[in-house]
Amino acid sequence: MQIHTEDSCQATPGSVATGNVGPLLHEVRHAVQELLASGAESVIDLRAIPLGPGEEERIAETLGRGEVQVRLSALGPSEIFETRYPGVWMSLHRNQDGEVIGRYIEVCMVPPLVRSQQEDIRVGLQALDSRLQE
Amino acid sequence: MPKDQSIGEALRARGISRRGFLKFCAATASLMALPPSMVPIIAQALERARRPSVIWLSFQECTGCTESLTRSHSPTVEGLIFDTISLDYHHTLQAASGAAAEAARAAAMQENWGNYILVVDGSIPVGDPGYSTIAGISNMDMLLETAAGAAAIVSVGSCAAFGGIPHANPNPTGALSVAAFIREYGNRTPNTFAADAAAQAAHTDISSKPIINVSGCPPIPVVITGVLAHFLTFGKIPDLDSLGRPLAFYGQSIHDRCYRRPFYDKGLFANTFDDEGAKKGWCLYKLGCKGPTTYNACATTKWNDGTSFPIQSGHPCLGCSEPDFWDGGGFYKAISTPTGDISRTAVYAIGAGAAAGVALGALNRAKRTRLQQTHSKVGIDDLDKGG
Repeated sequence: MQIHTEDSCQATPGSVATGNVGPLLHEVRHAVQELLASGAESVIDLRAIPLGPGEEERIAETLGRGEVQVRLSALGPSEIFETRYPGVWMSLHRNQDGEVIGRYIEVCMVPPLVRSQQEDIRVGLQALDSRLQE
Repeated sequence: MPKDQSIGEALRARGISRRGFLKFCAATASLMALPPSMVPIIAQALERARRPSVIWLSFQECTGCTESLTRSHSPTVEGLIFDTISLDYHHTLQAASGAAAEAARAAAMQENWGNYILVVDGSIPVGDPGYSTIAGISNMDMLLETAAGAAAIVSVGSCAAFGGIPHANPNPTGALSVAAFIREYGNRTPNTFAADAAAQAAHTDISSKPIINVSGCPPIPVVITGVLAHFLTFGKIPDLDSLGRPLAFYGQSIHDRCYRRPFYDKGLFANTFDDEGAKKGWCLYKLGCKGPTTYNACATTKWNDGTSFPIQSGHPCLGCSEPDFWDGGGFYKAISTPTGDISRTAVYAIGAGAAAGVALGALNRAKRTRLQQTHSKVGIDDLDKGG
């Protein structure tokens, strides 16, 4: 992963730079190292970090898109995809009006939200039972 | 929605799957400014938490705080949290009015004595209580009555937290913030109990009630619900700063979290609203931005569903979440501009045998030093640990 640490004052109109893109991508790199070394998973909340207009797009461009894309429909649509760097996932959650309620970088084998949830499996089993008894 | 339902049950009853619930918890962690690693703990706590009773009192206010919360498009996370509480009294939102509304307040207090959350927006006029009454009850008496049985008081908006615009000079109504009122009058018995000896005897001193200030004019909606979510999740009030505000949201200045901060550090400022600096998005400090002395979450949480915040729209921060922001000496004057009595400063300086300019210079230097002390730069080296 080649990381560009831009001079924060070289920004042109419409692309104000905070200087946070480079450190954040380094944080991702460290998280990937940790995932490989110990299996420790981590999540970065992109809304908790000051980013100027256009910087989230630069992060997304740098990470790119990989092989896996998941679309969820739970309390509004969510898009989760693996980036071109295996183990690095980006997730974007929206509410039912399409407004963004969360934007995360997840460094893990599979984002926990993608897995089937025990409670839902239990409810689903009951529903399947009822269907088969009809 | 039954009152004894847990929040998890309430959400499931609305057809929300476990995945949806976890997504809700992730967004809740984000709005409480908690790390994503807290999501499972939040999920476990919210699953079991009972819906709390909330009594919302509106005093000398403009309804902007209620608008801030309720104008967010449903169903947002804050909307869902707001829906899961049992809002038992809010005279702007409830259908009942007059005696029926007051009966609802009395019933909610009785049923949930010691456990309900009291939310107050607006300041309390003590100069003449007649300036603001509800159903013939003065704000002073209503607050004394209702606070007595509350588990905690949440002062929503700068009027309730610090007195706000009603408290601005010359403060014609004698407006006080909730905390100042309780400090001064908390040991009084409400006048409404004058003819009721039993009520008088049962009334308790409210001087020690925990108060959470959620300042802002208006406060960010997710900050209001973030405080409620924290209370629901952990069953206690969040850690507070020296002004009684939750540290999770008010722990850092707007300036420290501002995306224009690098321009400030390089000395690149907009001098007018349409010069080259303004067009390039440079720092608005010289245009009066109060970001360096204002503590709030606007720069990261943002407004209108995370779209933007005043500085991103090209306007300096007004400092609306700080005490007495209205009397701060001009929204468009840089904070290095003296707001005190310059002539008095000069007299002191001359009296001390110094030139007036030296005294003013010292005043500004002291301000600058204070600002510098509050700055802490986070560079790549700070984040690049253990690589």
